[in-house]
Amino acid sequence: MTGGRTLFEKIWDAHEITVSENGESLLYVDRHFIHDGTSQAFEKLELAGHTVRSPHKTFGTADHYVPTRNGLEGLPDPERRAMVLRLEEDAKRHNIRCFGFGHHNQGIVHVIGPELGLTLPGFLLVCGDSHTSTHGALGAFAFGVGASEVAHVLATQTIWQARPKTMRITLDGHAGVGVTAKDMILHMIGMIGAGGATGHVIEYSGSGIEALSMEGRLTLCNMSIEAGARAGLIAPDTKTVAYLKGKTFAPSGADWDHAVMHWQTLTSDSDAAFDRDVRIDTGDISPTVTWGTSPEDAVPVTAAVPDPQGEPDAERRARMIRALDYMDLKPGTPMESITVDRVFIGSCTNSRIEDLRAVAEILKGHKTKIPAMVVPGSMIVKAAAEAEGLDRIFVEAGVEWRDPGCSMCVAMNGVDVVGPGERCASTSNRNFAGRQGRAARTHLMSPAMAAATAVAGHIVDPRKSLVAGA
Amino acid sequence: MKPVQRIHGVAVGLEMGNVDTDQIVPARYLYRNRSDGFADTLFRDMRFDPQGREDGSFPLNGPEADQATILVTLDNFGCGSSREHAVWALNDAGFRAVIAVSFGDIFRNNAHENGLLPIVLEEHEVMHLLAHVKAGPAKLTVDLESQRVTLPNGTCFSFEIDSAARENLLLGRSKIDATHTLMNTIDAFEEAYLGRHPWSR
Repeated sequence: MTGGRTLFEKIWDAHEITVSENGESLLYVDRHFIHDGTSQAFEKLELAGHTVRSPHKTFGTADHYVPTRNGLEGLPDPERRAMVLRLEEDAKRHNIRCFGFGHHNQGIVHVIGPELGLTLPGFLLVCGDSHTSTHGALGAFAFGVGASEVAHVLATQTIWQARPKTMRITLDGHAGVGVTAKDMILHMIGMIGAGGATGHVIEYSGSGIEALSMEGRLTLCNMSIEAGARAGLIAPDTKTVAYLKGKTFAPSGADWDHAVMHWQTLTSDSDAAFDRDVRIDTGDISPTVTWGTSPEDAVPVTAAVPDPQGEPDAERRARMIRALDYMDLKPGTPMESITVDRVFIGSCTNSRIEDLRAVAEILKGHKTKIPAMVVPGSMIVKAAAEAEGLDRIFVEAGVEWRDPGCSMCVAMNGVDVVGPGERCASTSNRNFAGRQGRAARTHLMSPAMAAATAVAGHIVDPRKSLVAGA
Repeated sequence: MKPVQRIHGVAVGLEMGNVDTDQIVPARYLYRNRSDGFADTLFRDMRFDPQGREDGSFPLNGPEADQATILVTLDNFGCGSSREHAVWALNDAGFRAVIAVSFGDIFRNNAHENGLLPIVLEEHEVMHLLAHVKAGPAKLTVDLESQRVTLPNGTCFSFEIDSAARENLLLGRSKIDATHTLMNTIDAFEEAYLGRHPWSR
């Protein structure tokens, strides 16, 4: 092989312990995260008689099942409460550091990893959760795994993987007013499809990516999995280094200087070849929203619900008809005329401080017409938002200000659930049938659009609020 | 893990693309222990209405569907969440193989870990199988050794599979045990790696 290496290939090569006869690589894992849905992996580990090889490389936090108000009393179901407590028991039994319910570092695993400096550039990082792709925003090769692979990582600090293909998505140009990282990723998934990047690791590059904040990059990489990608990746730059400096678990002293020198080498060589190349003009992207039951069902908010009759592919047409039936929508309906029943602002996609600032900017001086809640991504985000007074803006607008957790994105705590037939404007990542509750209907969008929708009572272009508020 | 070599059994078709793992097992069942079983949660909200009434038109509710060991479906099967419960539910309901145009990466890895054989065929081959199984309960033969899917009339389709996954499935081998034989190699690698990347300690 001639030519340079991609960023992904550099990280892969640095972690490759050995290659089996049949071509699979055994990779070293720098960082492993667990959460309150990991009990079955511990069950598997212990049944097989294994122990945790490197407990200090794994960190736990409670997020999937935690209640978001009224403390543990807010979680009435004993089996779900047991999941929150089992994480702490499992972690304690194996000497794993855990930020359990109520801990000042607790939060959604993909929010706390970066904000605590546990996620570092060049790391190989895994977690038993598909949105582990989030951590690629810092230049880590990060991917989701199932319970068996979690048990394998706990036992050996390694993982077997077949080498994925590479795909570069270049976003060049300036994003328009009101166009966020969420709009960029929804636009991209709409373009390449929910299986468009299956088997690939995506590296995002271009001036549109360089311009994004770390929060925006985390949003972008988070939803790489919704295009089927094994991981999303952004080369670390000065923003990444500035973001990490001084974080609780980030290296310090000589280790910091050494690490920064290494991180500066983590870029794709100019002559590196990718298996696929996709180019997007950032200027072509509008505030984007989904109409169906797959994240690929994304359209500009100014557009109308598409007509399946215009779809030439029969299977795709059948899929659209099923989605429209589930969503109770008719082709040709302007997206902005769709009324919604509630608004959820949160999730590992959009619950960071910048997201909450964008929401506050829209809500300030307004009252919401429909029930809405803001669920911060972590205790640290919650404290930061309260220090800035964002919580008061939310409450004055009639929005509920909750405690951190996955909440209504995955509807697993049994109480933060969208009711049957209800329509929810959501800043989360999946509009799958039943995702937010049985028969619940989800429209994915940016925090700004969700806030503007809460004020209007129907889906609305957030640029109107930004202009009106200016 | 039970070895997978040859599966001869009833196949059912699910003519849908992008079937995500939330459809395969809704999140509200995920807290169960593995030993509790997940068969009753498989495609729960597609098979039953909220009152628990069976939807007779759903293929897995059809005649002889409870005998099925092979599922035939379209593209991107098992996309979405990493929940291994999706594979456990298929296992517990008796499935040994899923034939699709493509799979979500994490689902496919999870299937390999649990003796569920994920088979990728060309779209026209899958459509041929779907037409065959739609006409009524139909038997197929899947042979991992020869990497072939055979219809009762003798028509057969070859499939490719990652050779490591093939070997583990044929032997019913757990990866942890294989890795444990490499502990010295891992220890040596780790020492050198952490020497170069001390901030990862």
